[in-house]
Amino acid sequence: MNSAALNQNPPALDAYALRADFPALAQQINDHPLVYLDNGATTQKPQAVIDAVADFYSHDNANVHRGVHGLSQRASDRFDGAREKVRAFINAPSCAEVIFTQGTTGAINLVAQSYGRSILKKADEVLVSAMEHHANIVPWQLLCEETGATLKVAPMNNNAELLLEDFANLLSEKTRIVALTHVSNALGTINPIQQLTRQAHQAGAVVLIDGAQSVAHGPVDVQSLGCDFFAFSGHKLYGPTGIGVLYGREALLEAMPPWLGGGDMIRTVSFEGSTWNALPYKFEAGTPHIAGVVGLGAAIDYLEAIGLQAISAHEQALLALATQRAHSQPGMRIIGNASDKAAIVSFELEGIHPHDVGTILDSVGVAIRTGHHCAMPVMKFFDVPATARASFGLYNTAEDINALFDAITKTQSLFAR
Amino acid sequence: MNDLRDLYQEVIFDHNRSPRNFGLLEHPTHQAHGVNPLCGDELTVSLVLDKDGVIEDLRFEGRGCAISTASASIMTETLKGLSVPEADRYFDAFHAMATGQTPSQTDLPALTKLEVLSGVRDYPARVKCATLAWHTVRSALHNASASVTTE
Repeated sequence: MNSAALNQNPPALDAYALRADFPALAQQINDHPLVYLDNGATTQKPQAVIDAVADFYSHDNANVHRGVHGLSQRASDRFDGAREKVRAFINAPSCAEVIFTQGTTGAINLVAQSYGRSILKKADEVLVSAMEHHANIVPWQLLCEETGATLKVAPMNNNAELLLEDFANLLSEKTRIVALTHVSNALGTINPIQQLTRQAHQAGAVVLIDGAQSVAHGPVDVQSLGCDFFAFSGHKLYGPTGIGVLYGREALLEAMPPWLGGGDMIRTVSFEGSTWNALPYKFEAGTPHIAGVVGLGAAIDYLEAIGLQAISAHEQALLALATQRAHSQPGMRIIGNASDKAAIVSFELEGIHPHDVGTILDSVGVAIRTGHHCAMPVMKFFDVPATARASFGLYNTAEDINALFDAITKTQSLFAR
Repeated sequence: MNDLRDLYQEVIFDHNRSPRNFGLLEHPTHQAHGVNPLCGDELTVSLVLDKDGVIEDLRFEGRGCAISTASASIMTETLKGLSVPEADRYFDAFHAMATGQTPSQTDLPALTKLEVLSGVRDYPARVKCATLAWHTVRSALHNASASVTTE
C-alpha cells in the first residue's frame, strides 16, 4: 500500500452511507455523538461481521477437523473457507502459508520462537527499526537474550522516515532476521517495504513485516512486497479480536519446528515421539478461534466489496485535510511527518499533556488514543512522554475532523485560562 | 454526564502552570521515582526528614498531565512539616477520596486543599494520575523501593 493509490482514481467511497453498517458508531458519549478516531487501536465492527459470528454460533458451531458429523463438517467448511479468503486478500500463493494466530503479537512471537530460535547463533544479528511497536521489539529481545544474538536498530530522521542509508549499512552477513513495521502505529510512516526487503535479502536475511496497521488501509500483496513473513490482526481489520494471521513462505514454514504443541498440530503421537501435521496445521495447536476466523472472513468480504483502493484514497483525503487543519491550528505540532503516511495523526498541544487532551476530547464524544502507543522508544526519540493520536478508518468523515478540531480548540481555551 | 469542570478546577490549572516545590533537593535523605506505565508519566520525589522524623523539605520533579502535576504540587504543600505517621494518614485519606472508597481507618485528617482532586473518582482512567505522587512519596518515606509504579 502507498499513497500513490490516490492517483489511480478508484471509485469513491461513501463514508456517510457506510457508517450505517457500524452499529457502535451510532451512540452518544457524554451526551455527544461518538466521533471514533481510535482506529489504530481497534476498528469498529460492521453488522456483517457481528452477524457472521452470531450466525456461526447460532447454526454451525462445532469443533473443526475432528468430527465426522454434519455440524463439524459445516464448521470446518466455514473455517477453511475463511482461510482461502485471507489467502486471496493478501495474495499468498497457498493456503498452507496462512496460519491463524491470536493476533499480530502471536504471529511475531511464533516466528521468533520457532524460526528465530532454530537458526540464531551467538554472533548473529536481528535488525528492527526505531519506529517499531513493542510487539515487534520485545519478542526479538527475548530471542536475543536466549541465543546471545544482538538486536540492532535502524534509525529514523525527525520526520519519522527510516534512514535508508543507515539501514543498508546495518545489513551484513551477520543479519539473519529483519523485522519491520509496514506502517508505524505511533507515527503513520509507511515504510518502503519492497526496497527494504530486497536489500535485506541481498544480505541473506529473512524479512518479517508487521502489517497490523497496513492491511485495513490499502491493498497488500505479500508476493509483491517480497517479504518472507507478514503478520496482522483481525480486529484492526474490522474483524473480531483474538484472531490474527501469519503469512510465511512455505519452504521456511516447512523447515521450522512447531512452537505450540497439542491437538490438531500432530500427525501421530506416541510416548516415544510424535510427527507433525502438514502446513498450516503444524502451527495451529488446540481448538482455534473458529468464530473469530469466520468473522475475519466476513470482514474481508466487507472490505473487498468496498475496495481497498477506495479505502486508501478516502483515508488519504482525510489525512490531507487533518494535516492541513493541524498546520493552521496554533500550538499544535504533528509528530511524524513522513512523506508517505497512513491516516494516523500523532500530535501534541503546547503546554497540555496528552492525557488531559484525551479526557477533554472524550467529554465531547471524540475518542482518540493518548499515551506511548506501545512504542516507548519512539516517544524517547521525539522527547515526549506521550502523544495524542487520531487514527482514521473507512467510516470517518470531514465532519469527524471538524469535531476533532473543535474539541482541540476547546481544550486549548480551557488550558489558556 | 460528568462535568469536566469538576475534574479541571481552576486550582488544578494554577498548580499545573506553576507547580509548587518543583525541582529536586540537592541533599535529600529520602528519594523515590514513580512511573505510570500506562501513560509514560514519571516523577521523582525527594525529601529531607529531620532528626525527629518530621518532613523538613519536600520537592518533586517530572513530566505529567495537569492532574498528576497538580496532585504532586498540592501534596508537597500539604505534607511539609508533618511527621511520617501523619503523612501516612494523609495518604490513606487521599487514596480513599481519589478512588471513592471508604477509608480503612477513622479520624483521618481533613483534606481541605486536596479536595480539588476529588473529581478524579468519576474518571477511572485518571485516578492513577492523581495518586502517582502519593505512591511515590510513600515509597520514599518508607524506603520500600527506589522505584514505584501505579500498576
